[in-house]
Amino acid sequence: MEFPLLSIMTFLPLAGVLIILATVRGSGEVADRNAKYVSLYTSLFTFAFGLYMFANFDGNSAEFQFVETSSWLKPFGINYHMGVDGISMFFVLLSVFLTPICIISAWDAIKKRVKEFMIAFLILESFMVGTFCALDAILFYVFFEGVLIPMFLIIGVWGGARRVYSSYKFFLYTLLGSVLMLIGLLVLYAQTGTTDIPELMNTPVSSSLQYWLWLAFFASFAVKMPMWPVHTWLPDAHVEAPTAGSVILAGVLLKMGGYGFLRFSIPMFPEASAYFVDLVFWLSVIAIIYTSLVALVQEDMKKLIAYSSVAHMGFVTLGIFTMTSQGVEGSIFQMLSHGLISGALFLCVGVVYDRLHTRELSRYGGIVSNMPKYATIFMILMLGSVGLPGTSGFVGEFLILLGTFQVDTLVAALSATGVILGAAYMLMLYKRVVFGPRENRDALAMPDLNKRELSLLIPLVALVLWLGVFPSDVMNKISPSVDKLIAEYNEKLEKAGIEPKQANELTFLVDKKDLED
Amino acid sequence: MELLAVFLPLLAFIIAGLFGKQIGDKGCQFITCASLIIAALCSVLLFVDVTMHGGGRITVLAPWVISGDFTVNWALRIDQLAVVMMCVINIVSACVHVYSVGYMSHDECKGRFMAYLSLFTFAMLMLVTSDNLLQLFFGWEGVGVASYLLIGFWNHKNSANKAAQKAFVVNRVGDFGLLLGIFGIFAVFGSVQYDEIFAQAPDLAQTYFNLFGYEVHALTAICLLLFVGAVGKSAQLGLHTWLPDAMEGPTPVSALIHAATMVTAGVFLVSRMSPVFEYAPDALMVVTLFGACTAFVAATIGLTQFDIKRVIAYSTMSQLGYMFFALGVSAYGAAMFHLMTHAFFKALLFLGAGSVIHAMSDEQDMRKMGGIWKKIPFTYTMMWIGSLALAGIPPFAGYYSKDIVLESAWADHTWFGEFAYWMGIAAAFMTAFYTWRLLIMTFHGKPRASEKVMSHIHESPAVMLGPLVVLACGAIFAGSFFYQGFVGSAHHGEHGEAHEVVAHDTDANVHHEQHGDDKHDTELATHTENSDHHVDEDAHSTHPELSKEVFWKDAIKVLPENDTVEAAHSVPMWVKKMPLIVGLIGIFMAYISYLFVPAIPEFTKRIFKPIHALFFNKWFFDELYDLLFVKTSILFGKIFWKGGDQGIIDRFGPDGLAALSKGIGVKFGRFQSGFVYNYAFVMVIAVIAIISWFYYKNEQALGLINSGFGM
Repeated sequence: MEFPLLSIMTFLPLAGVLIILATVRGSGEVADRNAKYVSLYTSLFTFAFGLYMFANFDGNSAEFQFVETSSWLKPFGINYHMGVDGISMFFVLLSVFLTPICIISAWDAIKKRVKEFMIAFLILESFMVGTFCALDAILFYVFFEGVLIPMFLIIGVWGGARRVYSSYKFFLYTLLGSVLMLIGLLVLYAQTGTTDIPELMNTPVSSSLQYWLWLAFFASFAVKMPMWPVHTWLPDAHVEAPTAGSVILAGVLLKMGGYGFLRFSIPMFPEASAYFVDLVFWLSVIAIIYTSLVALVQEDMKKLIAYSSVAHMGFVTLGIFTMTSQGVEGSIFQMLSHGLISGALFLCVGVVYDRLHTRELSRYGGIVSNMPKYATIFMILMLGSVGLPGTSGFVGEFLILLGTFQVDTLVAALSATGVILGAAYMLMLYKRVVFGPRENRDALAMPDLNKRELSLLIPLVALVLWLGVFPSDVMNKISPSVDKLIAEYNEKLEKAGIEPKQANELTFLVDKKDLED
Repeated sequence: MELLAVFLPLLAFIIAGLFGKQIGDKGCQFITCASLIIAALCSVLLFVDVTMHGGGRITVLAPWVISGDFTVNWALRIDQLAVVMMCVINIVSACVHVYSVGYMSHDECKGRFMAYLSLFTFAMLMLVTSDNLLQLFFGWEGVGVASYLLIGFWNHKNSANKAAQKAFVVNRVGDFGLLLGIFGIFAVFGSVQYDEIFAQAPDLAQTYFNLFGYEVHALTAICLLLFVGAVGKSAQLGLHTWLPDAMEGPTPVSALIHAATMVTAGVFLVSRMSPVFEYAPDALMVVTLFGACTAFVAATIGLTQFDIKRVIAYSTMSQLGYMFFALGVSAYGAAMFHLMTHAFFKALLFLGAGSVIHAMSDEQDMRKMGGIWKKIPFTYTMMWIGSLALAGIPPFAGYYSKDIVLESAWADHTWFGEFAYWMGIAAAFMTAFYTWRLLIMTFHGKPRASEKVMSHIHESPAVMLGPLVVLACGAIFAGSFFYQGFVGSAHHGEHGEAHEVVAHDTDANVHHEQHGDDKHDTELATHTENSDHHVDEDAHSTHPELSKEVFWKDAIKVLPENDTVEAAHSVPMWVKKMPLIVGLIGIFMAYISYLFVPAIPEFTKRIFKPIHALFFNKWFFDELYDLLFVKTSILFGKIFWKGGDQGIIDRFGPDGLAALSKGIGVKFGRFQSGFVYNYAFVMVIAVIAIISWFYYKNEQALGLINSGFGM
């Protein structure tokens, strides 16, 4: 590989940080503006490289592409190994797409320590891209956990009133997960003698150890997702985080858990994955119903969307562990779509928060009269979140449930109630903010979206609709990698003599006539 | 052609929706109306092409969702069933569009309203022209959203918002069933493409599969799940509570969405899936029972309501019940026939009611109307036509379709068929009664409105009356004209007479309409009627033996032993005459109780107090559901939030640890200011430390772990 595309994308933001540190002095308005522009251009350049990657990605191949290898921690045989396949490529793209949007969204909203905020964001971008590109487990771990540091800072420094409590909670949960995962990683290394991810995928681990390792990794990924019952950090983190932080948290950070399941748990511990399917299924079902009901009674806009995120991520974990091509592809698609939709929804909350400085539902109402553009965009996003066909939200949710139905009809039916509850809480949110009697004077005095805000939201809305109508543009590139993942999973299970869950239930076509004959 | 018919409304929506400001209200109205009129003409041409020349076809537009062995394309399937629906949708929608220009003339957001109407029309067209269940679901949800937007159009009213939200969420309950049905179809058939499903259905008739842990008959389970969707969308008993509330929307919306088109989507779905339903007799029985009960219950509620639109809404629900029990006895053609005639006369009634409401300065309560028929004679005439059709009086459209529905139910010769017949007869009596109650309370007797309102009463402008004429033509002639094609038997020859009458009257009508003021309307009406006329001639020349088999071809499948429509032509005379007789009695009774002896209603109300209370309160469905679902959900939401998240998870999780750490370090408070930095720092140090520790203690560490975990 002559052109280290992925390394450039990973470290370009860090170069931006260096430029800011080197050139931006002082803390006046000029300095702030310079910092903003440097970070904006850096992230836009990175995004341009992302588009280049998308254009040059071979969608017919299931192999890792743009691969780079060089030795890093030589004595251990730990290499600097980067590469993307159909599963990870779109997460990279999502990260580099959302970062400039976040930076623009923070343009006027962040008033203190602007330079530091921009630096934190660029570091965050670098780590996010690195997480999805890393093909070495240790490298992955460094990026994966490193992401937490800038995120901490963003919540803890630029957050709301209870930011300390929130970041503390965030920290406790993720620390618990990452410690267990680190131990798991080291055990894995000790067992196999390698940390190279593609190699690990092809190195079988003994069944009994698989269960422990699966659980250790699960602890980390489940917190990141977040799955019920380790989800309570998310609403608090979202509520306190500044808008840009919420966008990136919902848009990218929540996807790291799902990505981890696909990259580690399933290919490396297939037997354990098959063994724990029911656990994941039922945790997901609980997540969907429980958090949807909780979302229904929220009074804080951000909390409501945060709880809805937990429900949506419940669908994702459900889909991944069906290990059907519809379920897994649906999950990946759902993660991408949720990244766009919930990111945009948090931007929408940010828009009104910037004007009224409250997230209380009761302080709004009837703003469709003074903010018609906002109402339209919010409507499309709300419907996307509800999973309306024609928006990207539908495709993922539908495929996941379709895949689940083939594996477990009861779980599919229970989680499909999320479709009803989702409509209930999102319409409630929309009604209370945008529609309704025009009573709150200050809410009715808010100006409509300005050009900057439109420039943030329109690309997101356009993508949500585009992916809803023509999802195959993306799905085509995902499916070879997913097919390979599933084929290898089934192969490994067959070797171990375990029937995957679906096989038991898929033979349900019984012809009674034949039986009688 | 089909592209124009389907996508013109979408184009109109996009233009009016995005550039409404630039082109102004007039521009929006012009673009949407013009698109719809062209689309209506295209659908009529398509209708001729498909039914007369057998031009059914499938046009694949683009791939949609492809995942593993699941493949779905955006495609338009043009066959008999689709073109019938397209004609109904586009013609009624065009009428409603034009009518709205007048009806909404005082509203601030005319452009937005027209855009939503076009969006609805597009979604409905996608629903009926889809080639697979997923695209049907797209349309299904699309009409749901359009309906949500339009019910809540006056979004500053809390009641309108509540109604809109209720409509969407209750519909979602139905969609939940429909979705599971689609999953089931895919699990059993391996595809959601109609052709593939239909081809395999006979072979899978005896299949059982595992659903929720039980071995169940696959097709029955699937059909019942699909039917849940139909129950939601078509406001059948159980999921009907949203429909009356939906009357919060502007009246043109009620006419288009909540009478003529969207609510019939369930009927369409079952007809479309007839090749599967035919192999699920138990599911058909359930459909029959639901339909019959809905027809009856809705009629009982209709007897007691005072809001003019709600009365018509309950009558819609009741008529949908008729369609469903027709479906249940395999009389799909009869159901589609009633769907079509109902679309015309019910839209006419709604738009007529709209004209009344418009005249009465937005008054909807019939108790505050009365004595206005001389002031708005045209609207009054139109309401009469609609009522006659609804009550099933010959030769109006409803007579033909309602009779064939009831006769088919009887001809089914099963206990549930007969049950449906008698429920239908009872409902027919009540229908006639409450329809005339409505007419009399609204137009006759002493004026009960304030003098100010009375002095303002005026006939609506021509732009509103024109569409009424078009719909009235449908309400008068659609029954006799399409009888032979939709439900006619190949062995009977009684259709020639009907045709002659139609041809004659059509000419008269076109002539009459040219006096109308509104240009669009006249054009539309002329074209529509001319094309129909054209169809008529064609029918005579190419298919002298027009019958339901010739007309529907493969679009509807009926097993020979289930052909109740055929059998309906030879039921006893009293079965045929019964609906008309009870209808006439109903009208007569209404005259007595509301015009001649006005004391009767109060008297009966007092005698049957509990029953009246039951009917008046809509059988307490709303109260029951509110308690069972809404309140319970909110209660559980609060329990999970305060009790689960905060009370258990946080208390014993992070907060508990925080409390512990406070015991260890009192410095926590001081620590806070720099605490994230510290933790971040600790974090990095820890990672580096662990890695370097391994780096230097390579061998030992590996050995340690190996001995510790190596199992």
